[in-house]
Amino acid sequence: MTTAESQPNNDAEKLASEKVASDEMQDLVKKDYKWGFVTDIEADSAPPGLNEDIIRFISAKKDEPEWLLNWRLDAYRKWLKMTPPEWAHVEHPEIDFQDIIYYSAPKIDENAPKSLDEVDPKLLETYDKLGIPLHERAALAGVAVDAVFDSVSVATTFQETLKEAGVIFCPLSEAVKEHPELVQKYLGSVVPVTDNFYTALNAAVFSEGSFCFIPKGVRCPMELSTYFRINQAKTGQFERTLIVCEEGAYVSYLEGCTAPQRDENQLHAAVVELVCLDDAEIKYSTVQNWYPGDEEGKGGIYNFVTKRGACRGARSKISWTQVETGSAITWKYPSVILQGDDSVGEFYSVAVTSNMQQADTGTKMIHLGKNTTSTIISKGITAMKAQQSYRGLVKVNKNAENARNYTQCDSLLIGETCGAHTYPYIEVRNPTASVEHEATTSKVSEDQIFYCQQRGLSEEDAVNVIVNGFCKEVFRQLPMEFAVEAQALLNVSLEGAVG
Amino acid sequence: MSTPLLEIKDLHAVVGDNKEILKGLNLTVNRGEVHAIMGPNGAGKSTLGNVLSGREGYERTSGTVLLDGKDVFEMDIDERANEGLFLAFQYPVEIPGVGNHYFLKAALNAKRKYHGEDELAAGAFLKLMKEKMALLEMDARYKSRDVNVGFSGGEKKRNEILQMTMLNPKMALLDETDSGLDIDALRIVSKGVNSMRDKDHGMIVVTHYQRLLDHIQPDFVHVLVDGKIVKSGDKSLALELEEKGYAEYEAAA
Repeated sequence: MTTAESQPNNDAEKLASEKVASDEMQDLVKKDYKWGFVTDIEADSAPPGLNEDIIRFISAKKDEPEWLLNWRLDAYRKWLKMTPPEWAHVEHPEIDFQDIIYYSAPKIDENAPKSLDEVDPKLLETYDKLGIPLHERAALAGVAVDAVFDSVSVATTFQETLKEAGVIFCPLSEAVKEHPELVQKYLGSVVPVTDNFYTALNAAVFSEGSFCFIPKGVRCPMELSTYFRINQAKTGQFERTLIVCEEGAYVSYLEGCTAPQRDENQLHAAVVELVCLDDAEIKYSTVQNWYPGDEEGKGGIYNFVTKRGACRGARSKISWTQVETGSAITWKYPSVILQGDDSVGEFYSVAVTSNMQQADTGTKMIHLGKNTTSTIISKGITAMKAQQSYRGLVKVNKNAENARNYTQCDSLLIGETCGAHTYPYIEVRNPTASVEHEATTSKVSEDQIFYCQQRGLSEEDAVNVIVNGFCKEVFRQLPMEFAVEAQALLNVSLEGAVG
Repeated sequence: MSTPLLEIKDLHAVVGDNKEILKGLNLTVNRGEVHAIMGPNGAGKSTLGNVLSGREGYERTSGTVLLDGKDVFEMDIDERANEGLFLAFQYPVEIPGVGNHYFLKAALNAKRKYHGEDELAAGAFLKLMKEKMALLEMDARYKSRDVNVGFSGGEKKRNEILQMTMLNPKMALLDETDSGLDIDALRIVSKGVNSMRDKDHGMIVVTHYQRLLDHIQPDFVHVLVDGKIVKSGDKSLALELEEKGYAEYEAAA
């Protein structure tokens, strides 16, 4: 198992960073879902429903080339022949795909803003509320932010620094125009259009997303991140992300999502594709905080996402780290195809479900090359009436010599009415493989909480300490700035779950 | 005359389905005093600790308990702790994933915050922890091990005393701290407890065996039988109990 990137060297530093985390936590504990508001900007949106006209509308709005429109239409026609999958351990009312708006963009001038001064101040206010600083401070912090508001990218910063390094980081719609050969080469190569019902839908109507290309030997000089927000009622967010690292390249990508309180369910069917050539590495981190629905289970986002990474090159590495606390329903399996010899795949996950949330999540590690390694650490926390399932596949192909896998999946239950389920699939077709699977299920015991309280910690602090301890291994994998947010999010998500 | 650290008057308490365990317990602990409580199983020794600390499932039905003049039953569990009440558990729980130092620092700072003090800086905290661990002859590795996880019985008890010396409670109740300790562990744990004896601190040591009281010499010894203190005396009472047992007191109760 790899070690974290920026692990403190001494105890004092470590304690200091933990202190920061619990301060943040104290503040957030007092608040409701603080991102529950709506921007009242007149949106330029399509009527609800899906047909070829809508797809042409989307494509035209984005001024896309013919080949991409055809790609979309082809996907749409295939989608029409498919049916939604029903094998996941989740329940939801049938989705009416004709009752969704597939394109929504805030009104902007024909001349796109060239600097932040030109951006609609209301939008900037939105980003402010979400805690995304699109101004000089962000530059000093060294984090480039590609802010996507509904279906249109608003501002991309730090292009200069990235440009110097040769890194391409831009909205997918821009990449289609500026780097069509790259997009055509890789789009749909890791997640085929017909992989599943939702990837086909995404291919037809994807609205926006990021394109990131790191050329040979380049180590991307800063953490890249993208923020999303679903605003318009009944607007499905169908973003598409494509990240490619050429030989010897490295990038660390952060994805963080927030969404406002809504009454209608909102579908989020994204697709993320990662490609690593020889000796390349992609570290993809996600902190997901979509609106989870209220205590009755009403409202909330449906997060049906397909994420996959292809370790095409030898000695390449792809690492997925996720903290999923939101959404009414989460259905995702960030996976790695270990094609290259000596390639490495990792999956670190903390999933929190409370109230009436449901999650069926996990990963797939497909061992194809020789001497490949995969590590899976999954921590599920479930409370109240929530249901959570870990579903993982470790597959070792016939010719995959010396494959190694270590899986640890732990569930923590808080309260008497929640459920945790595990569905591990292990398929090994090569006798030299070594596959280890460990699983634990435990409850936050009243005795543990009482012990903490008797030492002076409040009940909430006690749960926080115990739960964060449970998730420590995964949080350690997150880039520093996300680790703090993640711990805070965890606590907010479990507010009211105990006692 | 200063306020007693702990003043228990006619305490009645029930456990679970209203089973009365404490039936009018009286006890006063002044600053600087160490009291020992001995008694047969089922007498209510552990119940006393649980009622004082506020554990769920234990209910005071009548009587009063004042901690340095403050009504204990007006306070939450953590408030009582921050006001200076510490319970060294007989069977300390394990808390996987939570490092010993992280846990202690959180507890220490919670207390400081409660009293309007600044949090202790990481460096100062580690220094303090190192000092107390040395006193208790604990290997440095215990600093970062998860709280009580994989600890032997004796190691857990030592960890309880470590917490006690670090949190510095004015009133500590040690619930059968000697159970499961070998001779060396007993010596070390006692060393830790004795290091806190002074004119400002009070302690209650609950035990079955006289042996502990050789190391931690009490100022007062009480016999707890059937939910009440039936006899009090000085440390010679413990020797007497060792010889004769509780029969005399059980018959009278």
